[in-house]
Amino acid sequence: MFSDLTIVSAIDLLRKRKLSSLELIKNCLENIRKKNAQYNVVLSVVDEEVLLKEAGEADKTDFSLPLSGIPLIHKDLFSTANIRTTAGSKVLNSYSPVYDATVVRRLKEAGAIIVGKANEDAWGHGSSGENSDFGPTLNAYDKSRVAGGSSSGSAVAVALGMCLASTGTDTGGSIRVPAAFNNLVGLKPSYGRVSRYGIIAMASSLDSIGHITKTVADSALLLSVTAGKDPYDATTLDKKVPNYPQLLKRKDLKGIKIGVPPEYLNVGRKVTPGMDKKLEQITESSLQKFKMLGAEIVEVHLPYTEPALETYYVLVPSEVSSNLSRYDGVRYGNDRTNFGDEAKRRIMIGTYSLSSGYYDAYYKTAQKVRTLVCKDFEKAFMQADVIFAPVTPTPPPTIGEHTGNPLSLYLSDIYTVPINLAGLAALSLPAGFVDNLPVGIQLIGPQLSERKLFQIGKSYLQE
Amino acid sequence: MTKKVILREKEVLHVSELAKLMLSQKECRIFLPQLSAIINFVSKLQKINTKGVVPTSQVTGLVNVFREDKIDKSRILSQKTALKNKEKTHNGYFIVPAVFGE
Repeated sequence: MFSDLTIVSAIDLLRKRKLSSLELIKNCLENIRKKNAQYNVVLSVVDEEVLLKEAGEADKTDFSLPLSGIPLIHKDLFSTANIRTTAGSKVLNSYSPVYDATVVRRLKEAGAIIVGKANEDAWGHGSSGENSDFGPTLNAYDKSRVAGGSSSGSAVAVALGMCLASTGTDTGGSIRVPAAFNNLVGLKPSYGRVSRYGIIAMASSLDSIGHITKTVADSALLLSVTAGKDPYDATTLDKKVPNYPQLLKRKDLKGIKIGVPPEYLNVGRKVTPGMDKKLEQITESSLQKFKMLGAEIVEVHLPYTEPALETYYVLVPSEVSSNLSRYDGVRYGNDRTNFGDEAKRRIMIGTYSLSSGYYDAYYKTAQKVRTLVCKDFEKAFMQADVIFAPVTPTPPPTIGEHTGNPLSLYLSDIYTVPINLAGLAALSLPAGFVDNLPVGIQLIGPQLSERKLFQIGKSYLQE
Repeated sequence: MTKKVILREKEVLHVSELAKLMLSQKECRIFLPQLSAIINFVSKLQKINTKGVVPTSQVTGLVNVFREDKIDKSRILSQKTALKNKEKTHNGYFIVPAVFGE
């Protein structure tokens, strides 16, 4: 029963008194005890005594809050008051914040219970989960494979029943990739839709705060709690938050135009260059499903797709080198020799591209190309409501496949990073399996189109 | 056509010093080919015609977000709270490593 539970179904059972929060929490703790040593999913677990007390308190209420008694796990980039927060890095090995991130606070106020903190690529750097200084998280469906990153533990925690949903951050695919690789739903909200306050920064102009769930309905429910203007994050948008969960009634997709960029997917041709053949077949059959639901498929062009990847790998390391300069061993945690290899590489690439003599050639050029990438999407959204795309070019790689060749892993981010450069919303959805390995597809929408993405995603999954 | 960028060990060491990473020469040697590959990959950008294109530094469309010049008490940490999770403190202060050299 527990493995099929979603937030929405659990809340219903709780309100009918057919389930208790105590049972939910005990089940999560049991799964952590049984599986965490093998899969390396959570880095910190809240004291059992505290959790049982919180669940007991929730059970005394009438579960009127949106997330009353619901167990959640946060990515370890989220500041959680008095709970160790490492960012997946040895630099913050023993750091405990004294305050909660806005998102953490909002979820708590909505009744959620924090079970623990999830493993991740250190500082969010990576798309496989292997860059964690605490060792990789293993894929929930195949232990020889990567979980996907950087929100690796967040995805596997949901897949293995350690919580009902989890939070993550997405700077270039870090929610969508692990969600896809573990057969889950991942939301990357529009930039500015959800507050970044209290979340350890990776690249501040691209970081997007979202979550990983089993269903689209759960994703909509969580966003209705986390979204909205926050006075502590000046980049949050002062736009009304729609009641996402209530806007999900739609049977077919008549009147919806779905754009397919040939730069992402060469529909009709045998193989899209660089893409796994079986994954491509699954992607195309997903597209057929949208067609069968009544959507109109149109071709859109994103000519700056490849330059987007190059731009991303200039702008992100630049912002990373600046954001990570505060870790000097004085204010937080341990000194800079504790950075892992990937953090060191990104700090150096960033420092190089921002240094005098190289700034114009790298950083400034990348900022200009970012404008061209944004324009690509603006034009595409004049012809289509949403864009359909794969999430990754391959199914989950085996652990160690990219070790020693960081660039080859960067190249696999081609379908996810352009979305962050333009600040768009995207929803990754389970698409099926390639040789028993989960893969996903994504729907990309304009800024603040989350409602539309939920509606289309829900029809597609036939929830 | 952009030229192939050739990164030298000396430059990697210099950048590591700028970034206060204090890499050993051995580490620099390992990073050198990886960083060269990444720099050469991103250098392809320079082939794109960006004449007259305005750079994008943020995508919110927001301009000059101000807040009222008022104290928000919910944001203030007491001295006790601020020091709570720090192992080494002294008389209400943080103890930190010395930051000035000899």
